[in-house]
Amino acid sequence: MTAVSALPTRQALIAAGERPRRFGSWYVAEHRIRSMRAYATTLIVTSFANPAVYLFALGIGLGSLVNRSSGGGLGYLAFVAPALIASAAVTVAGEEFTYPMMMGFKWNPIFFAMNAAPISAYQIVNGMVIAALARILPTAAVYFVIMVLFGAAPSGVAVVQVLTAALTGLAVGLVIMPYTASIEEDKGQMAMIQRFGILPMFLFSGTFFPLTQLPVGLQWIGWISPLWHGTQLGRVFNYGMVEPAWLTVIHLVYLLALCAVGWRLARRVFARRLNK
Amino acid sequence: MPQAVISAARLTKKYKDFAAVDGISFEVAPGESFGLLGPNGAGKSTTMRMVGAVSTRTSGELSILGLDPNDAGPEIRSQLGVVPQQDNLDQELRVRDNLIVYGRYFGIPMRAIGRKADELLEFAQLADRAKSKVDDLSGGMKRRLTIARALVNDPRILLLDEPTTGLDPQARHILWDRLFRLKEQGTTLVLTTHYMDEAEQLCDRLVVVDKGTIMAEGSPAALIREYSSREVLEVRFGSDRNEEVAAKLAGIGERHEVLPDRILIYSENGEAELAKIHAAGYRPITSLVRRSSLEDVFLRLTGRSLIE
Repeated sequence: MTAVSALPTRQALIAAGERPRRFGSWYVAEHRIRSMRAYATTLIVTSFANPAVYLFALGIGLGSLVNRSSGGGLGYLAFVAPALIASAAVTVAGEEFTYPMMMGFKWNPIFFAMNAAPISAYQIVNGMVIAALARILPTAAVYFVIMVLFGAAPSGVAVVQVLTAALTGLAVGLVIMPYTASIEEDKGQMAMIQRFGILPMFLFSGTFFPLTQLPVGLQWIGWISPLWHGTQLGRVFNYGMVEPAWLTVIHLVYLLALCAVGWRLARRVFARRLNK
Repeated sequence: MPQAVISAARLTKKYKDFAAVDGISFEVAPGESFGLLGPNGAGKSTTMRMVGAVSTRTSGELSILGLDPNDAGPEIRSQLGVVPQQDNLDQELRVRDNLIVYGRYFGIPMRAIGRKADELLEFAQLADRAKSKVDDLSGGMKRRLTIARALVNDPRILLLDEPTTGLDPQARHILWDRLFRLKEQGTTLVLTTHYMDEAEQLCDRLVVVDKGTIMAEGSPAALIREYSSREVLEVRFGSDRNEEVAAKLAGIGERHEVLPDRILIYSENGEAELAKIHAAGYRPITSLVRRSSLEDVFLRLTGRSLIE
């Protein structure tokens, strides 16, 4: 160690900060993914078991009933699968963007440790998003493979759903992130998000039946629900569902807009909370 | 003094109307071991966070290694090692992995970081716990791991906020030994403490802080010379009588401090003062002559005890 004598030059100091400034977000993601390894087996098993069980139950079970009553045509499984894959992405997002925030700020306050190193608030947000995507994307990909095995993905471009599902998950995650990151004390808010946010969204987003089947008074839930937009987008790719092109564009823009706004807000919340 | 590595002028941090740090000024020279001594809530940790470039100052000037934390936070932090008051190790990772992920934050390449981690585990006497879970470590071990983590980037300045609070005496001594080695190697140490023995052990120079302001500054020995006498005689007459007896001991010693449980009599020669008390016909329940400490300095400066 050579600290005693001369101070480092300004250039040397700036140079030392360059890698953290450039790659800090990736370092955060790397850290987070390393922690996921501890429960990797659970993650992998659920990512295979989940789609298999759902597609089997809904396709072979409910699907046979629906298909019989609707007189065939489009298989029910091809209709419901885009909703399920998007929901699977949303479920993972619901895990990655809730408790890990509380952990990082309070129970296992690694965000403060990162920030004491050269990592900035916005890089922590980015890193958490990247790490969440590192779970969401494979989850959606595995889901898609099992969809194919079940014959639930008829279109040639159905694979695009892996991306639209991930985008849906990200949109939901980034909408809740500014809120979960601002919680100082857990008084059950996280469980509330699951119970009164994510679960109803699953039920009222045109998942099992078209949104138009709902009473008009309840349809707005679908319109604001990222899951509905993501599901509809998925259906367009999965079996060429017919809808006006502008509506497809709206689905996409809506999801991207939620991501952008949530991301911005999350950065602000993190910066405020770390700078005490 | 050579060019300062830390230079603060009228440094202030306000939370709404409350000034946690109220216009303090100090400089730290390279290789120096500098302490902030004061009771809880004096503003020490807030000062440390500002120096650590994670908390924005409300006003005043602050320069770390010639850079302003307001615009070069990451650059400054890449030169610092930080040991916070509360350990914030990642409990989800194992001991060695904690060092590895942390090293990455400084941009240390993957192939170099493993070697560095092993070296630090050796230094922290944790080599045999490399694969342990953080939760399974004792308080002293966690503290040593936090210090090892803070050294992962070979910092020019090591910031230690209450490094040994909550540790048993043996763990404290191990830690002091490690810090002393760093000091010998030329690392600049800045530490806060409310333990005067720690300040005396580790600091070349310190400031006494109370209510966000600096009360005095100097080496431990100089502060004791300036604000206290060589020796202190502690006598106890029982909590209901201390006050009453103290009034009658005027003229004995240079100065008295009456605490709820004892009377402190400051003098160059404690035994001689005790003899005078006996000669005057008073019989303390217990008596003790000791060297003056920073605790006495603090008491003199603020009228209050460091640990309340």
